[in-house]
Amino acid sequence: MSCFLRSDEFTFVYLILRCVMSVIYLLIAISIFVAICFFIAFVFAVKSGQYDDDYTPSVRMLFDDELIKSSQKKSEN
Amino acid sequence: MEKNNCFHCGLVIEDKIVFDEKEFCCNGCKTVYEIFSLNDLTCYYDFEKSPGATPQDISGKYDFLDNESIVAKLLEFQEDSTAIISLSIPHIHCSSCIWILENLQKLQKGINTSQVNFPEKKVRINYNPDVVSLKSIVHLLSSIGYEPYISLENYETGKRNIDRSLTYKLGVAFFCFGNIMLLSFPEYFEVKEYWLDNYRPFFRWLIFALSLPSFLYSASGYYVSAIKSIKSKMLNIDIPIALGIVVMFVRSTFDIVMDYGSGFFDSLTGLIFFMLLGKMFQIKTYSFLSFERDFKSYFPIAITKINADTTEESIPVYEIEKGDRLLIRNQELIPVDGILISDKAEIDYSFVTGEAVPITKKSGDKVFAGGKQIGKVIEMEVLHSVSQSYLTQLWSNDVFQKRVEQKHKTITDSISRYFAPILLLIAFAGFGYWIFFDANTAFNVFTAVLIVACPCALALTAPFTMGNMLRIFGNKHFYLKNALVIEQLAKVDTVVFDKTGTITTNAKSNISYEGKVIDESNLALLKSVLRASNHPLSRMLYDFLPETKRLKLDSFEEITGKGIQAEVNGISIQMGSANFVTEKGQSEIQQTSVHVKIGNEYFGKYIFNNQYREGLSELFSKLSSQFQLKVLSGDNEGERSLLESILPKGTEMVFNQKPEQKLEFIKSLQEQGKNVMMVGDGLNDAGALAQSNVGVSISENVNVFSPACDAILDAKEFKRLHYFLKLSKKSITTIKMSFTLSLLYNVVGLSFAITGNLLPLVAAIIMPLSTITIVSFVTVMSNYYSRKIK
Repeated sequence: MSCFLRSDEFTFVYLILRCVMSVIYLLIAISIFVAICFFIAFVFAVKSGQYDDDYTPSVRMLFDDELIKSSQKKSEN
Repeated sequence: MEKNNCFHCGLVIEDKIVFDEKEFCCNGCKTVYEIFSLNDLTCYYDFEKSPGATPQDISGKYDFLDNESIVAKLLEFQEDSTAIISLSIPHIHCSSCIWILENLQKLQKGINTSQVNFPEKKVRINYNPDVVSLKSIVHLLSSIGYEPYISLENYETGKRNIDRSLTYKLGVAFFCFGNIMLLSFPEYFEVKEYWLDNYRPFFRWLIFALSLPSFLYSASGYYVSAIKSIKSKMLNIDIPIALGIVVMFVRSTFDIVMDYGSGFFDSLTGLIFFMLLGKMFQIKTYSFLSFERDFKSYFPIAITKINADTTEESIPVYEIEKGDRLLIRNQELIPVDGILISDKAEIDYSFVTGEAVPITKKSGDKVFAGGKQIGKVIEMEVLHSVSQSYLTQLWSNDVFQKRVEQKHKTITDSISRYFAPILLLIAFAGFGYWIFFDANTAFNVFTAVLIVACPCALALTAPFTMGNMLRIFGNKHFYLKNALVIEQLAKVDTVVFDKTGTITTNAKSNISYEGKVIDESNLALLKSVLRASNHPLSRMLYDFLPETKRLKLDSFEEITGKGIQAEVNGISIQMGSANFVTEKGQSEIQQTSVHVKIGNEYFGKYIFNNQYREGLSELFSKLSSQFQLKVLSGDNEGERSLLESILPKGTEMVFNQKPEQKLEFIKSLQEQGKNVMMVGDGLNDAGALAQSNVGVSISENVNVFSPACDAILDAKEFKRLHYFLKLSKKSITTIKMSFTLSLLYNVVGLSFAITGNLLPLVAAIIMPLSTITIVSFVTVMSNYYSRKIK
């Protein structure tokens, strides 16, 4: 890298890199923290039984619209 | 007349009932529609065409739900104004069912919420017991055609603990694997750069920390299994796996402590994740089926007892004592042996024997547990309590006591018996060779061998093949209890069939006529008489005879245990048993028949033969080339000659077998070193099914009943049994081929390891690559075989 740069430029890039690198600690800490949050969410989801029945919810989510339709029918009648 | 289907249940309409411009087959269906339309729930019919079932008459059947101690045992949860119950409803089959059952609160005040678990065919109802009783909920469900199934089994189990540990383990493994992969990325490109060198320890120790949960928690099952297998001195596949994981972890930790390299944490967590994924895939459960049923799931929870002062009371079945008087209603199961007090009963023993034609019992006759009363209410006196009854005694046999988890060694385990010692041998040989040159390399080679040879691909082969086969079988209506059954199926060399209900259908009997020709006008007479009778044989014969015009009966009398006496247009007609019709007591040998006499002339008899399943002789001739076939029957020898003509030569037939004898028969075959598959249906086969290597239960309706077994076969697929046996043999071939493939990978990996060149990057490539090839190979192969075989 240094061969392309003059010595003062090199010092400049070096300083920037130093700053960027300590930011890595922060970034990785944040990314691990976010990952752990998702992991905890997953554990709670399993605990509440969401993974016990993986079929019915897929059907259930289609129902709400139909209920509205039925009350419309009623008003038409 | 054009025949339409019922708007509610989809059956063909005989007598049309029109309501709201819709056609219904019966009042029951119409009533359900009325209930729904009154409550504005008619979009029940929008999701699925004709989703309903005709409600059955249940008056009095659920009286036991008035008994609070029984209800308390059924409830999942109970507090002041909230109670939760899970009810099993066999009829749940489509999205309409889910919709209506989750809108129960619109039909009944006091129900807070209800939630359907479709795969288990259960509805979980949260209700307020102050407002509505469990009994009225059950009545409501029954009135809309969703009768819940409450049996003795519910009474005992109570709350179930669901094991979710595998899901957690998989989640943890994936979390660790994903993050470690991400953090290992810089290490893969070994560029000498300032910042990488500077932050390397940070990355490495972070990776180390992330691998801990996976190593300690997710993989824990393998350590436990390995220790168990060492203790029992059976080398299973988990030993090299556990060894590989531990060595990998120790060496990797050592590497980063000594700053030798980044270690193999990425491969380690990847390996654990993939193996757990394989485990998950293999566990394909059919939660709506039960493979562990015994008599408890057939028997009712409570029964009506008649007290000395003629009051009726519901008592739990276990509290029945000798000498009690019981009331058995229509369609109720008799829970104990006893003596009939009422003057007649029609008892259907199809649960027990598979025989469809009900048996007529007279006052004073013995009735056995497991029979179902058809017709009027009867009274009986108890002879034995539940556990001492004839049928239930079968379950005191040892076979049911010790359910050995694994009846045999799996194919993976038998290979790993050689694998583990050879692996150790190579590792030590490598170590012994290198130790003369360099102790450090020797240590590296030793660990590298154990790491790279960790039989990840080997361990994945069987789960993925079996798991895929399990799904293929399931799609073709052959439901296996677990993946091990496939291996056992492949080993079968003897197939034993039960006769009644298994190779015969109990749905319809094959009726033939013997005697003088009956002309059309006489047929009309017979059919009109039969119309009035409720005897099961009459119903069958009525359906069998061709359509005629209806005649008015002048008189009609049904004489219990004998037959029908009727008069039409001045002609007297007698139908029934031989000694009733012919009066001279013709010896009736081993046949179910109805004799006919019109006027004073004896015409002949209708014989009810068992109807053999479609494709039976074809199936047997296919099977006979590879398997020893045997037929076991609880019946008499009446059909021996007929069976001999249908089935291939050399098929052994044994008749008059009691349930325990069937069990002993299987046992003696096994003692001769045979791998026996038993195909049965009724509760009387339960012992034989449990004793056999593979017990297959034939079921007309897989949602309803089948005794404890290893596999449930839809009766419609009976003729494909041969295909299933062949396919399971092919899946073992697939596994063997894939073993060879994964051993090849091991050889390649080992050549890296033994020369001391195993870099973390090489390991990180070889492991997932081998996994992916193996998984895709077995999937493609098993799908190919399932299509190719006819």
